Amino acid sequence: MAAKTLTIDGKQISAFEGATLLQAAEEAGIKIPTLCHMEGVYDVSACRLCLVEVAGVSKLLPACTTRVSEGMEVTTDSERLRKYRRMILELLFAERNHVCAVCVSNGHCELQTLAWTHGMDHVRFDYRSPRWEVDNTHPRYGMDHNRCILCTRCVRACWHIEGAGTKNVSGRGVNSRIISDLNQPWGSSDTCTSCGKCVDACPTGALFSRGSSVGEMEHDRQKLEFIVTAREKKQWIA
Amino acid sequence: MIIDDLIEIATKERASRKKFTIRCCMAAGCMSSNSEAVKKGLETAVKEAGLDELVEVRGVGCMRLCCQGPLVQVDPAGALYERVAPEDAASVVGTVKGGQTQAQRGDPNSPFFTGQFSIVLANSGCVDPERIDSYIAADGYKALHEVLREMTPKEVVDEIIKSGLRGRGGAGFPTGLKWGTVAKTENSHKYVICNADEGDPGAFMDRSVLESDPHSVLEGMAIAAYAVGAAQGFIYVRAEYPLAISRLQTAIKQAKERGLLGSGIFESPFTFNIDLRIGAGAFVCGEETALMMSVEGKRGTPRPRPPFPAESGLWGCPTLINNVETFANVPSIVRKGADWFASIGTEKSKGTKVFALAGNITNTGLIEVPMGTSLRQIVENMGGGAPDGGSIKAVQTGGPSGGCIPAASLDTPVDYESLAKLGSIMGSGGMIVMDDTTRMVDVARFFMEFCMDESCGKCVPCRAGTVQMYHLLSKILARKATAVDLRKLEELCDMVRNTSLCGLGQTAPNPVLSTLRFFRNEYLELLGPEVHGPNGEANATPS
Amino acid sequence: MSFLDLDEWLIDLAAAAEIVYSPVMDIKEYPENVDVVLVEGAIANEDHVEMMRRVRKNTKIVVAFGDCAVTGNVTAMRNPLGDPENVLQRAYKDAADVAPQFPLEPGIVPKLTPRVTPVHELVPVEVFLPGCPPPAARIKLLLEQVLAGKSAQLTGANIKFG
Repeated sequence: MAAKTLTIDGKQISAFEGATLLQAAEEAGIKIPTLCHMEGVYDVSACRLCLVEVAGVSKLLPACTTRVSEGMEVTTDSERLRKYRRMILELLFAERNHVCAVCVSNGHCELQTLAWTHGMDHVRFDYRSPRWEVDNTHPRYGMDHNRCILCTRCVRACWHIEGAGTKNVSGRGVNSRIISDLNQPWGSSDTCTSCGKCVDACPTGALFSRGSSVGEMEHDRQKLEFIVTAREKKQWIA
Repeated sequence: MIIDDLIEIATKERASRKKFTIRCCMAAGCMSSNSEAVKKGLETAVKEAGLDELVEVRGVGCMRLCCQGPLVQVDPAGALYERVAPEDAASVVGTVKGGQTQAQRGDPNSPFFTGQFSIVLANSGCVDPERIDSYIAADGYKALHEVLREMTPKEVVDEIIKSGLRGRGGAGFPTGLKWGTVAKTENSHKYVICNADEGDPGAFMDRSVLESDPHSVLEGMAIAAYAVGAAQGFIYVRAEYPLAISRLQTAIKQAKERGLLGSGIFESPFTFNIDLRIGAGAFVCGEETALMMSVEGKRGTPRPRPPFPAESGLWGCPTLINNVETFANVPSIVRKGADWFASIGTEKSKGTKVFALAGNITNTGLIEVPMGTSLRQIVENMGGGAPDGGSIKAVQTGGPSGGCIPAASLDTPVDYESLAKLGSIMGSGGMIVMDDTTRMVDVARFFMEFCMDESCGKCVPCRAGTVQMYHLLSKILARKATAVDLRKLEELCDMVRNTSLCGLGQTAPNPVLSTLRFFRNEYLELLGPEVHGPNGEANATPS
Repeated sequence: MSFLDLDEWLIDLAAAAEIVYSPVMDIKEYPENVDVVLVEGAIANEDHVEMMRRVRKNTKIVVAFGDCAVTGNVTAMRNPLGDPENVLQRAYKDAADVAPQFPLEPGIVPKLTPRVTPVHELVPVEVFLPGCPPPAARIKLLLEQVLAGKSAQLTGANIKFG
């Protein structure tokens, strides 16, 4: 495979042809914030946190789906990008009801962590405070739509790692909602294998193992990576 | 089908014409004001007066002046009648014998009609959209024959490049270049898609073309398919257009029967079929990547580009997507030549553009004008200005992706670049005229509500950003906002436009930005006093 | 309580600053010319609105202290239920077993605002101190900045919600 030479944040690096900017940056030890990206499933560039500046391109490009090319000059961190990223996070916090203090994922939440790493000490937009239900019909897992950020990592994990195809998105805009099967209570799903991959994929406390109380829930993200690496590369991550 | 057959059909069709033709508009606008009954009335009247041999009553497509429908025209006299009621039918028919009618006379020589320059709408209001022979008699499918028998695909692409035709869906990408890109890809499967998911509020150009002259779109698609090497086409049309769908179904069926779609067209090796795909009510499916997802039967959400559809589109195959009006231009370009087409319009925007005139304007309807025509000519001269002596305040173009152009800029020529300079876009052709009773913040909120409702919800800036912008606009309108809120709104506009995944989100702030640019005072007047920090600063909140 | 976790540093603080107002002090009126105020809790009723406006007017630096003041937090969980009537109905009527009635004592029990909002939605706020509760070290860090006359600003994990 041919290699491409490019610059990320002033650092000369080389990456395999076909690699994404996100992969290239990671290889070079440069961290680009992500939320809808997850190793093991394809990328959808929906959260827009990984947008980067590329010299000569007027639009911002998502690092997760943009491929490296020769001579590319990439900036992953600028005042403008920081401002946009913080706003994206504020919009997410204002969109549904994220109450960190009483969340099962408190302290292990990607959204919460991104907020403080991006200097979000308060949300400038008015909280929309919509009313969302909690689906506790599954014997082992629960879904609290109040905490869902619609990253669709659960959907992709369900379809492409487990192959069950239970999870999907219904509705549109702010009324979009993660559903099980034909928009029915999760517990009544015929296709759910109760594997829990969706729970492990969830960046927030939207999907949780039942029985965990505030701050007790930790997602086992390594499990997903383990399965995917084992499957695709026949390697067993120790 | 060979060319002789085509000529024979045309000759036969023309020979069957009678001394008098009474055309009755059967497009959705006039049909909604009862033109179907008018047409029936005319047919009955002809029969009852024993004029079958002399008079043909023809249902035709859009006759343009929708606000005065149902429209009926008696030829060869060229007498136009407006707001014709079924009970007027007998007397209108009687005019061919020198009789009088109480039906309201229209003026076909008014600027509304004389200012028009028809390429796309050339057949609209003339041919019967439900009869392929009527289209063939108007030189229909001749262009397809010409390209199949006399031109290589590359020559067709070159001809379109030379014509300077640009995409009529809104963005104005050079059509020939797009065709060339798809043509160059090496793939055994390619697709051609016609985007007929016209969704801008106030826009009805594509609907009118489909209802009035569906074959021109089919022919344009077939020519495109030949040029790029595709054998299958799809027309993605919104479910809200039942008449357009039915006319397309009829047209496709008739074209297949005539051998103008299907395999071995004009005894060439070229095979091309067209299927309809009906939208399910999502505006975002007019965005090409979402449209393709929908055609594939998936949830209609956009995906990032690149890869562009030209490289990887429908089912991963190279796909050409053009808008209805773009395809409808193609047969004329082939028939009359690229040079002819390029001689119309401006240096960078060639040909004509169809606009749907709506809003506070005297003459609501469909117009086609050369690119470069001034907005003033369109809205004041042809459109007749604001009704009831009001004055025009602004013209909104480009729907929810466009902007409001103030009356002071009415001398702007209508072309892609000039409208972009004013913070609007050409868009697909919706033109909403607003008079001095319109509150611009209301307008901005209306479009924001539209975008919020139509956001697919995939990317955060569009999904959550439009909601906040709508909320801030509502707050301003309720006089509960301060300058701090206005700043937040502007920051959101900047962020949503620069970070959204697809065109819907990227352009959603445009109506706000353009009204802020030209009518900022209307926002400021609605702002309330601020709560000040200790040092008198308006916003003590660090941002 | 977290504030009390500052332990002996409280003594240093008492030496450096004069405490002019607190809910546990005798003084009833919020004084004028206050340098710094730590505002706990969200804006949930009409007393809060009135009080906060006065606090804002009389204070140089307003610190939103803790998640409730910064985000609304748990107290704002009534917002998705809509009209405060709904909440009162549930709490004081549906769920009551004796004498179900709305608390109605004009001048004593203030009316609930339609929504619970963070402090900064009502008035400008200079400094945000998130945390539920903010750990003592975080409070100390912030107050040290304020006492040193610097424009206070927390960063990194010190602005973590929850």
